[in-house]
Amino acid sequence: MAETKQVERPLSPHLQIYRPQLTSITSILTRITGNALVVAAALIVWWLLAASTSDDYFAMADAVLTSWFGDLVLTLSLWAVWYHYLAGLRHLYFDAGKGMDIPTAEKLGWACIIGSVVLSVITLLLV
Amino acid sequence: MRYLTARKRAEGKGAAGTGTEHFWYMKLSGVGLALIIPVFLVAFGRALGGDRTEVMAAFAHPGMAILTGLVIFFGLRHYASGAQTMIEDYSHGSMRRGLIIAVTVLSYGLIATGLFALAKIAL
Repeated sequence: MAETKQVERPLSPHLQIYRPQLTSITSILTRITGNALVVAAALIVWWLLAASTSDDYFAMADAVLTSWFGDLVLTLSLWAVWYHYLAGLRHLYFDAGKGMDIPTAEKLGWACIIGSVVLSVITLLLV
Repeated sequence: MRYLTARKRAEGKGAAGTGTEHFWYMKLSGVGLALIIPVFLVAFGRALGGDRTEVMAAFAHPGMAILTGLVIFFGLRHYASGAQTMIEDYSHGSMRRGLIIAVTVLSYGLIATGLFALAKIAL
């Protein structure tokens, strides 16, 4: 049967070697925003737990979420969720084998960046 | 020695060892979340900033309770699956397994806490 043998294989170039491009930055931002959103999720779950527990506990959690720092985290998270949303839709389109040529991919990248800011502002106006 | 052809051993298993299940779950939960997240963002934003009575009244509403429950469950499962993909890209061996266990525990812990709080508020 096939014996596994350690072979010195060539490594692919490290990420830092490439010049940052719109396509690569918009791709890694999808992952960063998605993973960073766990902070907002944890804050909201904690806030709900506090609301269900007591007045004192809620006052403490609510003070954190509505402080300037809480506002900053939640506003950045709002942008992150919209960015991740649009980038996710872009991935569905890519997965269908469409939009892979560079001009289209770059246009879609700009659509994610500009669209996420516009949608965040609209959401802030609605709440 | 196992009498298996190379094809038989490989069939149904991608790099993750579980075929395309993981990939498909990300698409499935992603599309589901895409339907409910915009409504949740506005509803949550409106509830935030109220006093405790107002917040509890907002989340006790059946539509809001169901919506929040779905967002918490699928949002955090989608997170754990995506984080697992990231971990599998950048780490190996025991570190990889440890981190996957950690995000899985975190996601289920937050889901259980969130659903418990919701049940207490809404029921």
